[in-house]
Amino acid sequence: MAKINLTFKTDLCKGCGLCVNACPKGLIEIAADKINHKGHHPAQITEPDKCVGCASCAMMCPDCVITIERV
Amino acid sequence: MIIFDKPKALTDVPLHYCPGCTHGIVHRLVAEAIDELGIEGKTIGVAPVGCSVMAYNYFNCDMVEAAHGRAPAVATGLKRADPENHIVFSYQGDGDLASIGTAETVHAAARNENITVIFINNAIYGMTGGQMAPTSLPGQVTQTSPYGRDVKACGYPIKVCEMLAALDGPEYLERVAVNNVAHVRAAKKAIKKAFQNQIDGKGFSLVEVISSCPTNWGMTPQKALQWVEDKMIPYYPLGVYKDRSAKEAEV
Repeated sequence: MAKINLTFKTDLCKGCGLCVNACPKGLIEIAADKINHKGHHPAQITEPDKCVGCASCAMMCPDCVITIERV
Repeated sequence: MIIFDKPKALTDVPLHYCPGCTHGIVHRLVAEAIDELGIEGKTIGVAPVGCSVMAYNYFNCDMVEAAHGRAPAVATGLKRADPENHIVFSYQGDGDLASIGTAETVHAAARNENITVIFINNAIYGMTGGQMAPTSLPGQVTQTSPYGRDVKACGYPIKVCEMLAALDGPEYLERVAVNNVAHVRAAKKAIKKAFQNQIDGKGFSLVEVISSCPTNWGMTPQKALQWVEDKMIPYYPLGVYKDRSAKEAEV
């Protein structure tokens, strides 16, 4: 099965969490232990292998943080 | 293969909007429509006054900043100056379009100007700090209505799509929302159609996007989207309010 590469432009993330709610598999979380350049806790993917590449997270992201690639 | 990336019609400037503000989503949808229709080189945007006042930094096309509320009038001039080669859109909030710019909006619609208007309705004045807007819901608590909007003193909210649908002028009016993935996809379709109508020379197309303002509503971004679903959409029903070409095709 093709692998999905989901990357975050972490420093653009404002930690709003709209992607967290959008993910149908619940794979995205706000990284409580990280802080980006803007001073927010950025979003990150917990189990990349389980991502199906539906792009729901990217559709809801207001800041175009997420890029999704099928490799 | 890239499944999802930032559209080319957006610049790399980081958006200044608050965390969870849906302006970013609508910016992206407009940019995606511009990319997919291949009109980046000839598109001119008109930025409003309000939170999205700096929209000219974010779109990778020519942008003009209009005086408060006057974006449809400026867009009219831009479009009429070179109707064959320009695609003109205005991007306005509710304080801009439904308050100070009501006259320009109504008359541009009545004249059926061949422009595209993207109208962001978040039921509050965002940039100035959360005052009551003409679109604030009855009973909604804002900075200037701390006991909730009293319709006896402040009147009722303006429903822009319903109001303009009463005119014979406009070509296409639709109200969409961006509070969940399904609604975002529907919003994208509506925005693309609004641009396609202009390319086809059909006339005035307005897409009203029900949006959220977590900061001034005093909610988390997630709760704000839930509030859109629970409170705003029942008051501002989604759907196509006017589509003249589709109606004529039926007859």
